[in-house]
Amino acid sequence: MRITDESLAAHPQQHVQQWAEGVYELFKAHHVDLISFVPDGGHKHLIAYCQSDPALRTVTLTTEEEGIALAAGAFLGGKRSALLMQSSGVGNCINMLSLPRVCNMPFLALVTMRGEWGEFNPWQVPMGQSTPVILEASGVIVYRADSVEEVCPTVEAAIMLAFQSRRSVVVLLSQKLIGAKNFTRGDK
Amino acid sequence: MSRLNRRDALRALLCEREKVIVVTGLGSPAYDLASCGNEPLDFPLWGAMGGAAMVGLGLALAQPEYKVLVLTGDGEMLMGLGSLATIAAQRPSNLRIVVMDNERFGETGQQHTHTAASTDLAAVAAGCGFQHIRTIRLASELEPLRVDLHALDDLLFAVVKVSPEELPRVLPPRDGAYLTHRLRAALLGAELALEA
Repeated sequence: MRITDESLAAHPQQHVQQWAEGVYELFKAHHVDLISFVPDGGHKHLIAYCQSDPALRTVTLTTEEEGIALAAGAFLGGKRSALLMQSSGVGNCINMLSLPRVCNMPFLALVTMRGEWGEFNPWQVPMGQSTPVILEASGVIVYRADSVEEVCPTVEAAIMLAFQSRRSVVVLLSQKLIGAKNFTRGDK
Repeated sequence: MSRLNRRDALRALLCEREKVIVVTGLGSPAYDLASCGNEPLDFPLWGAMGGAAMVGLGLALAQPEYKVLVLTGDGEMLMGLGSLATIAAQRPSNLRIVVMDNERFGETGQQHTHTAASTDLAAVAAGCGFQHIRTIRLASELEPLRVDLHALDDLLFAVVKVSPEELPRVLPPRDGAYLTHRLRAALLGAELALEA
């Protein structure tokens, strides 16, 4: 069976770019200028915006928990950082999440969801299901955006909460929003 | 050949320390640092295993006027090997990573680590792209390393081969919020340290 139903991708490409630009502008407005990531297709445009701006420092990670330790060091030095990752990396983060928690530091991550809305790859489903539960069990405040309209207000609220109240906050960007990865069209 | 005593080695490296921030991995490196004193620019980790070098990278990028020394052990470094690739790609000129390599998991019963078997951490760093790498076995090699910690304008990685003997524990403060505020106040000033 070919999984090519365009309806699986809930929003066309220009909408993806629209929220990505909005989030990039929020990073700029709130001085979040150290951006680390383990890439995900859903973050592709946001990563590109951040990399094209010489005022932002981008750090490519080998595994997600590096971004938590990086953000902790940045905060110690007076700089704001955010981590971009996909839900399959949340399991890598559990122990490192103790660092911002015990040190009363802010931590912000934007997590694109896999393994939910229209997922093709069964190997993504377990971590997709576990993601919000694991984060909450680790003391993280979890927000979620299901539509393009929700992304920027949710990310801005997360930025405020994380940095002003020094809490660990994750925004889950749902697969409904990102669009299911389509393995038959050669999409990345 | 007798191995270096880890605390003698650290005391030599921290002589005339001045404005060097020191982040340690959990366990023996944290006790070693505490044995040298208890300074505002110290940030000993008590957990977050595998994360010391990345905390150092964040600090180095945020505070380019300071030298940042990550002092960790072979077990902690082995858990964060990927961070060496991440750090080499960033190449912050003010970051130094020094691994006190006793070839043991010292906190858990002195089990051998991979450096006792086959792993050469200096070679791993070289493979990741570090340009300045030292392996220290002799006390006479510590002073040139100490000079490099201050003077070298590039990323540096050093392995100091030390004795696996167990030393009396000297405990640094373990309240993370206190350690965080103390370092931020030293770097940013008392007022800014309270801000986001």
